[in-house]
Order: sequence, then C-alpha cells, then structure tokens
Amino acid sequence: MTHLAKPRFHHPNLPVNGVGLTRRDYEGVVSTLCAGCGHDSVTAAIIEACFELDIEAHKVAKVSGIGCSSKTTNYFLSRSHGFNSVHGRMPSVATGANLANGDLVYIGVSGDGDTASIGLGQFCHAIRRGLNMVYIVENNGTYGLTKGQFSATNDKHSKGRKGADNLFHPIDLCSLAIELGAGFVARGFSGDKDQLVPLIKAAIHYRGFAVIDVISPCVTFNNHAASTKSYDYVRDHNAAMGQLDLVAEADEIRAEYAAGSSIDVALHDGSSLKLHKLPASYDPTDHGVVLHELARIKDAGGVATGLLSIDPNEADLHDLIGTTSTSLNAIDEADLCPGADALDAINASHR
Amino acid sequence: MPPSPVFNEFVLKFANVNGSGSASANLLCAKALFRMGLPVAPKNIFPSNIQGMPTWYEIRVSEAGHLARRDGVDVMVAMNPQTYDEDVASLVPGGTLIYDDTWPRDFGRDDINVIGIPLAKMSAEKYADPRQRQLFKNVIYLGALARLISIDVQVIHDLIGEQFKGKPKLIEPNLAALALGWDYADTNVTNPPAVQARTADGNAGKIMIQGNEAAALGALYAGATVASWYPITPSTSLAEAFEKHALKFRRDPDGKLRAAIIQAEDELAAVGMAVGANWNGARSFTATSGPGISLMSEFIGLAYFAEIPLVIFDIQRGGPSTGMPTRTQQSDVLACAYASHGDTRHVLLFPADPGECFTLSADAFDLADRLQTPVFVMSDLDIGMNDWVVDALTWDDARQPDRGKVLDEEALEAVSDFGRYRDVDGDGIPYRTIPGVHAEKGAYFTRGTSHTDTGGYTEDGTVHAANLARIARKFKTVTAMVPKPVINTTGATSRIGVINYGSTDPAVREAIAKLAANGHMINHMRIRAFPFGDEVREFADRHDHLFVVEQNRDGQMRHLLIAEADIEAEKLVQVTNYDGMPLTAAFVEDAVTGVLEGGWQVTAAE
Repeated sequence: MTHLAKPRFHHPNLPVNGVGLTRRDYEGVVSTLCAGCGHDSVTAAIIEACFELDIEAHKVAKVSGIGCSSKTTNYFLSRSHGFNSVHGRMPSVATGANLANGDLVYIGVSGDGDTASIGLGQFCHAIRRGLNMVYIVENNGTYGLTKGQFSATNDKHSKGRKGADNLFHPIDLCSLAIELGAGFVARGFSGDKDQLVPLIKAAIHYRGFAVIDVISPCVTFNNHAASTKSYDYVRDHNAAMGQLDLVAEADEIRAEYAAGSSIDVALHDGSSLKLHKLPASYDPTDHGVVLHELARIKDAGGVATGLLSIDPNEADLHDLIGTTSTSLNAIDEADLCPGADALDAINASHR
Repeated sequence: MPPSPVFNEFVLKFANVNGSGSASANLLCAKALFRMGLPVAPKNIFPSNIQGMPTWYEIRVSEAGHLARRDGVDVMVAMNPQTYDEDVASLVPGGTLIYDDTWPRDFGRDDINVIGIPLAKMSAEKYADPRQRQLFKNVIYLGALARLISIDVQVIHDLIGEQFKGKPKLIEPNLAALALGWDYADTNVTNPPAVQARTADGNAGKIMIQGNEAAALGALYAGATVASWYPITPSTSLAEAFEKHALKFRRDPDGKLRAAIIQAEDELAAVGMAVGANWNGARSFTATSGPGISLMSEFIGLAYFAEIPLVIFDIQRGGPSTGMPTRTQQSDVLACAYASHGDTRHVLLFPADPGECFTLSADAFDLADRLQTPVFVMSDLDIGMNDWVVDALTWDDARQPDRGKVLDEEALEAVSDFGRYRDVDGDGIPYRTIPGVHAEKGAYFTRGTSHTDTGGYTEDGTVHAANLARIARKFKTVTAMVPKPVINTTGATSRIGVINYGSTDPAVREAIAKLAANGHMINHMRIRAFPFGDEVREFADRHDHLFVVEQNRDGQMRHLLIAEADIEAEKLVQVTNYDGMPLTAAFVEDAVTGVLEGGWQVTAAE
C-alpha cells in the first residue's frame, strides 16, 4: 500500500476561513483505516476545529507514536509537518520539539496501547512537566494492527470479539491525568462530533497539557455487544458533564444559560471557556469533586464525557524552566556562542 | 629532603574512605603540583557508593610529560585501614608509606619507607566537632605531604583562598590545619620520601580540565540549546556542566534562558526529546553511558532512517550489563557503530583527551547537521571524569555553525517540487525543512516506516532499497568530512605499527617511546572517527603487522577495521585490556615486546 494524496482541485465556492483557507486545506492523505473506524471521525473533528479556529495550518506540528491511531496524523493537515515516531514515545518527541519552538500548536494523536501500555511512563511525565500540547487518545480498548488483543484501557470483564474475558483492571487515562496534574482533561466520543469539536478547540487554546481521551470504537475488533468500547455501549451509557463553548476574546457570549449551572474559565490567550448544563454540584476546577464523581459514574458503568477537569492557572514547561521568549530554534547564532574571550576566562578558572 | 632525590617523576596515591571529604584535599594536591609547572595525571578510582567504601586518588607526576597511569606507587598516603594490605603491596621498593600512626602498626615490608603521623590524634586535640575532625584530617595530611615532597606551600595557600572565595570564614581554619600537618612533618619526620617535587615550567598554556566539562563546553559553543539526559555514571557531569555554563552564558537581557535542560524520566525519553528538538531545528544532544545506549537504540534507528541530526555523548564505562559503573572501558564501539535494528551505521568520533572532547563535540554538531544523522562522541570515564592537563581551549570567533542542507522560507519559494528524501546533489544527503517554515511548501511527514522521496508511506520494495542505498551513499560522503587519524611515522620504514583511539593514547605514546629506546621502531596511528577515511587503509597497507590497542575484551575496533576497512585479519594483533583501569604504558610495551621477540623482524628507521 502506498499513500494516496487527495485530488487538489475543489469547488471554487468552498467556504474560506479567517486565514483564507478552506476545510480542504486542513485535510491530509486518504485514510487507510477500516470503513466506519471511529478514528476517521476524530480526524474530521480535528480538521473542523482547526478550520473554525482560523489556525494557520503550517503553524501546527503533528506528532504520534505507533498504531492505527498514530497513523491518522497523516490524514489531516498536510500543510503541517508531521512526525510518526516510535511506539509509546510521542510525548518525548513532542517535548523536544516544543522546547525548540513553543510557538507552534502541537497536536499529538495516540492510542490506548500507545499511551496506556508502552507509553504510560512518557504520558505521565509529559503531564508532570505541563507540556503545552493537545494530546488526543483514540481509545478503542484494543490493538487493531496486530488483530484484536486487549489493551490496558479495556474494562474488566469486557469481552473480546471471540468471547474472551478481560481479567485485569483498566487504566482510566482521565483519572490518571487529573491525579498527575494535567491542566485540561476531557473525554469525548468519536460518535459525537458536536461535543468533540468544541473540546478540541478549547484544548488548542489551552496553554498547558490538554488531554482528550476519545472513545473511538474499533469496528473490526471491539464493537460487539459484549464490549464496553462499542458505539452502542457508549451511546447508551454516555454521562455528559455539561456542554462546552469556546468564546474567543472578541466574541460576545450569545447563548443564554440557566443560572447556577454554568462556569466561565478565562484562558491565557484572552479567550474563555463557558461550561453549561453542568450536573448539580459538579465543579471541573475542583479535583476532589471531579475524581469522586468520575469514580461514581464509572462504578455505575457510565462513561463520563465532556470537559472533566480544568486548571485555569497551569504553568507550561517553558514557564517552569524559564526559557527565553524567542524560540530556541530561531535564536541568532551569535547569541548562543559565548566566544573566545569567555573561553579565555573559562581557561583561567582551570589553571 | 632525602640525600639524592628523584625530582618530578613519581606516582602519588591516596587511599581513602569515600564520603570522608578527602576528594577536595586530594584535588588540591594535584592542582598545586600543576601550578608548580609539573604535568600531572590524576586518576580518581572510586566505588559506586556514597559513603564508607574504599576510594583512591592517584596522581602521576611527570616532567617528561608521560601522563598515562603507571603501576607502582612511590608515595602512598594510606588513610583507609580496610585497604592497608593492597596499598602497601602497591608500593615500589624504596617507596614511602604515610599512614595515621595514632594506631601504630607494622606493615611487614622492610624495603619501604614508613612515615607515621598521628593524624586522628592531632585532629581530635584540635577540633571538638566530629565532622570537622574528619574533614580537617584531610587537610592535615595534605600539609604534612606538602612538607615531605616539597610542594610549594604558597601555591596551596593561593588555591585555598580561591576555593573559599565565597566563604572567607573557611580560609583561616583550612590554612591552620595545613600548617598543623606541615609543622608536624617539619619537626618530627627525618626520613622523607625519595621522590620530590620542584618547580618547573611544563604547563605553559595548559589547563587542567575533565573531558565531560570540555565536551559540555563544545556543545555550548556549537550552539546546542536543548539538552535532555538521564543520570548515569559517568556521563552525569557532562549534562550538569552544560547546565552550569548555560546558566551563566545563555541569559537573554531579561535573564531568561537561551537553553532548555531537561532531566528526563529515562534514557528513552532523553533521546526522544533530543530527536524532537533536532527535528524542529534546535541543536540538541543527550549524554549517557552503555546501558543508556542500549535503551536509546530504537530511537537511534529512527533518527538514522528518518535522517534527523542527533548528537549522543557516550561516556563509556565497564560493561556488560551494569558492569563496573565507576571504571573505564571502550566497550561500546560496536554497539554504537551499528546501534538499532535493521541496516544502520553511525558516525563515531573518538576524542583522546578533554581538549578533543571540546573540539570534537563542536564538530559533532556540524557533522550531525550536515549528514542529518546521529553522531556519537565516544568518550570514556577516564577522559570524562578525570582531570587532564591539556592545551588551553581555543575558539575561532569567525567560526559559524554549519547547519547543512536546510531550506528556509526564501529557499523554498524557489523550489517547485520539494522532496524531503531526494538526493538532489548526488552525495546522498537530502534537503530538510523545519516545521512552520512556509505556509504552502516544505511540509513533509517524518516516519520510521519506509518512505518515498517525498516522505510518503510505501511498501514498494524497489523504493525501499533505493532509499537505503542512498543513505549508504551518505556514509561515503562522510569519510571526507570526519577528522583524520593522527599518524606518527617516526620509524619511517618500519613495517610495524600500533593503532589505537581515545583514552589509551598517553599509554600508547609512552610505550612507543620506550620501545624505540629499546630499538623497536614502531609507527602509530590514532583513529579519530568511524567510518574510516582512506588514510586508515593506506596506513595499514604500509605495514605488515599492526597492534590494535583497546580497552575491551574482544577487540571491537579490530572488528571494525577488518569489516569496514578491509584490513586483513592476520595483520591485526589484538592488544586488549579490560580490567576497568586506565591503560598503562607497561601493558602495551609488554604486549608488543612479547610478540616482537617471538620472532617478528622490526625494520629500524633509516
């Protein structure tokens, strides 16, 4: 299989966004995933979010590891540089890339195997460091490319395609991320674009580590009746924790919300997040409340979705280590080399 | 002073308990000898431990400039009763043992000179605090030693003043302790050692520096901005030195840092960060040792195949497995030359001393950028963590980093059809772009899977093979770029040669000088890079027999010479030492002499 570029021509009257690009300009090559794969819906949501946010496509860097999900970075934003790295190690590549240039938007796409098993360590440490990136997990509870083994996010006693029982406790990436201090933690469902697109847009605007765990069913290996990662199961057990709107700095708030059920969160870049239709007493800025509520929903077999947790004050890695405002990859070489005179002084200290 | 002293050619050794604060007193001694103009080679022989285990500090002094380690100790300062037996045994006949005779003992050798100084008693009488007793005991023995082998006490005073410049309250107590030892020796000792120091001028233009600091400075001067690392002996001090100097020299006008130093969660992440930063156009490196190389291997293969510049400092230590973390070896040569799965091959540079750690470190960044591939700087514990006397570091302010084939926005405007992996110039090296460079052109997809010349995924075998063949062509190009070997053909017509690399050089050069004095004229080539340039093969062609000296069991460089320079195996005599200690000239001399006197003919120089 060789990759297929999409045809370049398109309808002359396609809508154009604020930076003069059409939706087509945010697409990538033709997907080679199975027909109906949830991941293709996530790809479409990323394209839509970037288009709606007027992002300059070339100012995005796409990073991924290995697996079905990691292949998808090739299916959107062909004007962006992409890096399909090694299995489970995308966070370190993203960290290095971000250190070199913090001005790009970093969109990472990973899977449940790539994140919750082989890459769990790097996922945790990227969170600890407050890496400014969007980290999307396309979570289907199974290893697709190697034909259907359970992954570590698969629920205990969820069944395999041929009836095998999953014996082990699942890793809940959202609860883990909250524990570790991730500033923006959300769960989406690939079958709910209306919920997912605003989550991705908000995550891109958020400065810090933004993880979106997207339940994205595998139609080939894990979409059967006994799976808790199927389209039907998630639709039937979806517990949406409010609705989210991203309000750009210049925009006025248009919708009206019932008093007492909404929360405003101001972001670093001047925009704000408006969460409404929140369940009673749910406060996504309070870790204690969030973790308690997520555990309750999980124990009841539910799938909590939406913006689950947010820290409006998280510092990103560059803030923490005090790097200069100019990207490290753009500093004038003369400002990097201390020069011969400084070396004389260094020599003198070694005599 | 003894009746007929030997001046400025001796080995001084301190046997201590680690964690007792001896290191700074011992370094002070080495530095004082250095300031007296004496070439010195201190070797820190330390355990993988924080407190309580034996540790040694050995200083070879050689006005003649022989700075390899030498067996046979002339003066032993034995401060650790646990190791008295081996310390006493290591003394040469006529050597001097200095020990703490607060608890007198007989050492059972009548061919050595024993000097007892009641250090514990003196320290206990002078200091009430137990920690002070311990710390100042070290300075007391330094004072006594200085008197006994004639170290210039004013030089030590100066050094103490500099060391405690920030804590002036500590100067006076240290000087007092020093005087305590000095006075005791002056008054009570009538049998000084046969070896003595006297001021010379052997160190004009020299500095005393460790390889790891020099390598870090090379990275700083080359413009490296992202350092990602995981602590592992003996590479840790390289990353820490980079951080120290970056904090000083890489501040913007607001005090913000023009560098990012990240202590990663493991070596996989450390190298992954370096790969990501280099991919994004910042010069980046990681520093590690053998176990780290093993962990990094998957990423190294990715960087090779996706053609991402990368600099890795491998400060080699004793392996395999955890091996001897605090001892030296050159045993990662093959592991690094072919690190990772599939057809891989990497550029290796072999610094022989801290001076070359600086220059080859800076060169490594240029090579990595020019070739778009991982470059390894193959240092070792001996170079990296010991102080060496080398020429002062120099930098040409006209030097600009060579970033290789990078297309900026303007250059991309002129390109009609960008192909990231296309061999435009016939040298195997393609053009790359940095993310975010251009709104419409130059973006590509970086992947470890097989790719077309535009970076697209492919399973077409002919495309895959052509790509691999192109990358192999880069390694033909590189042979002209890498540092040439250093060749010394004193015995111009000799058909015998020695080949070595890295930290073995002082021992090899000393051995060759001694062999020449015994009538064996031997030529010498020190390899500085892999892949080998033509000079390596040509040197081999001019000789019938070549001793390949290295610090590993299996002759790893010899394997490379056979496999990659097509040198006949029979020509290459393996001379390997792998006990973890820095090489001695005697080892090389004995090995070579043994073979030569087994019947080979050595042609004398004309």
